[in-house]
Amino acid sequence: MTLETTACVLAYMVLAYLGGAVAALLPLRPDLTRALSAAAAIGGAVAGIVLAARVLIGGAPFALTVPALLSVGGGLALRLDTLGAFFLILVGVVAAPAALYGAGYSRAYTGRYSLRWLGAMLNLFLLTMSVVTLADNVLTFVLAWEAMSLASYFLVMTEHERADTVAAGGWYLAMTHVGLALILSAFLLLVPPSGGGSFAELRGMAVTLSPSLRGVVFVLAVLGFGSKAGLVPLHVWLPRAHPAAPSHVSALMSGVMVKLGVYGILRVALDLLGVGPAWWGALLIGLGAASALVGVLYALMEDDLKRLLAYSSVENVGLIFIGVGAGLLFTSLREPAAAALALAAALYHALNHAVFKGLLFLGAGAVAHATGTRDMNRLGGLVRRLPWTAACFLVGALAIGGLPPFNGFVSEWLLFQSLLPAIGSSAPLVAPVMTLAVGALALTAGLAAAAFVKAFGITFLALPRSVEAREAHEATATMRASMVVLAALCALLGLGAAFVLPALGGIVAGYAGLPRVVPPLTAGALLLPPGGGASMSPSLVAIGLLLAMGAAWVAVRVGAARGLRVSDTWGCGRIGQTPRMEYTSTAYAEPLRRVFAELYRPTEDLTIDVHPESRYFVQSIAYRSEIVPWFERYVYGPLVRRVAAVAGRTRAIQSGSAHAYLAYLVVALLALLAISLAWSG
Amino acid sequence: MVPWAIEIVQAALVLALAPGLVGVVRWLKARLQSRRGAPPWQPYYELRKLFGKEVVVSSNASWLFRLAPYVVFASTAAAACLVPSLAVGRPLDAVGDLLVVVYLLLLGTVFLSLAGLDPGSAFGGMGSSREMTVAALAEPTVALAIFALALSAGSTNLGQIVGRTLTDPAAALSPGHLFAFAALFVVMLAETGRLPVDNPATHLELTMIHEAMVLEYSGRYLALIEWAAALKLLVFFALLGNLFLPWGVAVAATPVALTLALGSLLLKLAVIAVVVAVLETRVAKLRLFRVPELLSVSFVLALLAVTSSFLAR
Repeated sequence: MTLETTACVLAYMVLAYLGGAVAALLPLRPDLTRALSAAAAIGGAVAGIVLAARVLIGGAPFALTVPALLSVGGGLALRLDTLGAFFLILVGVVAAPAALYGAGYSRAYTGRYSLRWLGAMLNLFLLTMSVVTLADNVLTFVLAWEAMSLASYFLVMTEHERADTVAAGGWYLAMTHVGLALILSAFLLLVPPSGGGSFAELRGMAVTLSPSLRGVVFVLAVLGFGSKAGLVPLHVWLPRAHPAAPSHVSALMSGVMVKLGVYGILRVALDLLGVGPAWWGALLIGLGAASALVGVLYALMEDDLKRLLAYSSVENVGLIFIGVGAGLLFTSLREPAAAALALAAALYHALNHAVFKGLLFLGAGAVAHATGTRDMNRLGGLVRRLPWTAACFLVGALAIGGLPPFNGFVSEWLLFQSLLPAIGSSAPLVAPVMTLAVGALALTAGLAAAAFVKAFGITFLALPRSVEAREAHEATATMRASMVVLAALCALLGLGAAFVLPALGGIVAGYAGLPRVVPPLTAGALLLPPGGGASMSPSLVAIGLLLAMGAAWVAVRVGAARGLRVSDTWGCGRIGQTPRMEYTSTAYAEPLRRVFAELYRPTEDLTIDVHPESRYFVQSIAYRSEIVPWFERYVYGPLVRRVAAVAGRTRAIQSGSAHAYLAYLVVALLALLAISLAWSG
Repeated sequence: MVPWAIEIVQAALVLALAPGLVGVVRWLKARLQSRRGAPPWQPYYELRKLFGKEVVVSSNASWLFRLAPYVVFASTAAAACLVPSLAVGRPLDAVGDLLVVVYLLLLGTVFLSLAGLDPGSAFGGMGSSREMTVAALAEPTVALAIFALALSAGSTNLGQIVGRTLTDPAAALSPGHLFAFAALFVVMLAETGRLPVDNPATHLELTMIHEAMVLEYSGRYLALIEWAAALKLLVFFALLGNLFLPWGVAVAATPVALTLALGSLLLKLAVIAVVVAVLETRVAKLRLFRVPELLSVSFVLALLAVTSSFLAR
């Protein structure tokens, strides 16, 4: 009975998304297209959340196979366990507000870009992301994965008339297929020779593999899924593609799709491969720390609001991987309680990042929508023109900066706590790795706070730096509503941590090396990581903060003078203040640019035109400064040139004659036959 | 009932003591520089005067400018409540550990930096940018110093860190503790805007950090911010005193123990105040772009602290 109900919910979800995709393609009025595709996406998202909630509450995985579909690869196999259910909730939580927001946001596209294509692809994108979390055999997984990549590629290309969009799409398409190739090779090594590709058979096969081969599978999976998650050095596409997409799609890509990369690694490492050696965890911690630092350092220097957010996604994925890595490390050290805490912390941060990065991208979209620019050096003063957007963005900025009492603070605290149990361990690798992780985590946290003070302060505070910013307008009601929902979630996930954390512990319970029942991790309103004895209560900290603020306010109200005069900003006696006197985004980051000059390698170009009569009369000053994108120049530049050279050489066989191509086909077929004969014989 | 009474007494005490601590440091500095100096209780007069004055708010400033002083004050006060200034084993010990204290202080810093940007003045932006730079670079040192303490105490819980050193006095002289103390001392100088990172007495705009950021504030808002800054200084002094030299901290809630705790707290604050005053008299302010070097020294100290704690286990 319940199984049938669950299957019905699944059917609702699939039909809602598919229906939305079809409805969007119908020749309807543009506003109807927008409304229908958004409503369908919201319906699908809600059904997805219900489906996942049923699995999480019921505890039993839900499985459904349709052998008739895709019969070559063992049929369409779906199975939702707690890990998949968590990520399905993650899809739904961001998808519903993002779709609602998109209904208002995409109005600006009417008549310029295809709303039908956008609506259809959005629904397909959500469907395929949901199917990825459900897939239970290699074929289903890989098809859903590739469809997800293609749907998001088409979404990125929405504003296809802009040159930078096309370039971003190219980077994305190339990187995602490199990733796919790596994922496929990881799966190929895992598929048993007898053929079946179901995950159950893969689990059985993994036990029989030699340790080194398991290591190869793990590394391939990390690189393949890491390219989707934006792990350094495979992150280069992310700061290009995410900002190029429409903002609600950016929110989905940064908030949800990169998390499916995390899901992939968890699925392979925790579920399929089982407990591995300690270096797996150490590798992930190292990659995570590098991603966190590189991401936040480039985010700091960015003047484009959406690119700043995209780089910050690289950073947060790094933090998640530090947690995942610590979890894997502790499973291999046979410390299940510590492993469960680290993995729960990683999942918590994944959920939090989905919520606040979704919120921030929607906020950045509202800013771009209102002013037509994403360049922070042309923004400013928007807190007056866009009060709702500003308040929501501030909540998101505080949350992502890891400040109490919001959700980012809770998960960062848990990440710190999950690194502490390393104290008890005497394994040789652990001490340096954990020290490195703590240092990286802390530096990242500090720099992220600076980056988001800049992002909020320069965009929303002080005087507008351009006409567009001066004449900006607030976002539409649906856009505001979706931002408010996500901002409220940022607060709830922080204050309600005592409810969220045990649930997360339940999600990781039972996977490789982890206990079937995870200890509660909480006591009343306190978060209580096992072993350490440190505890913390975000809700009580919030109450304390509010009490102190209230007490201060009342005391000041009663005891202090009440006079308030509005006057000019003080400026050493100058008359009138103009926006040109303000700190800009570039100026704000200048001290840190100098501190990390070794990494940024800033190029500076200063031209001063002086009056011909005297060099003390300056006529104009031109200053240009750029930071060298290190990875692009020194890693990807040579690589792309090499590939282009090889591709150029293959031009010799491209004669353009159909006969020649037919001959190639025959030769290829014969060669394949010969190979397969030699293989079997 | 008694534990909560102690909480309230402790909170009231640190709030009341904080301005006096700033006054003592200033007075000591003046005496060391052969000036007569204002009496140590001068900051109380200043606060009373500021609370009695009208506020001038820039016409460019938004609601954030008027909210920030309350957030800064509340976050610093909340952090001060978590620090075991007088006693351990209190109910609030469980609500927040050392990391929470650090993050609460960072919340205040962030709001102050945002408020610095709000009026659109170049000075505010400059102070804000520098403040966040210093705060970001100090963060890893703080975390590693905490990690080093937690390595020997087994937890980041403040009460446990204090209790651990009380039961094993030799730990106070272990290299891990000494390095962590040195690292946190440097961070304290940076975070509370003391020389050689920032000069609390300067009024030359181009060299200011904290003072540039709060330049637009006046009246009751400035009073709240100044009080919070004093409180932050006291929080760091109390942390340095009680985490590394915990003797005197009340373990039992008896009047004798609490009186002793108050006496030892005052003594520790006075000693650290003398050290800071002497230091501030002896050193010159560093150029802004030399500050990262100082902070990397403290980072290395913290790294040494962690390493030696690992080895000493």
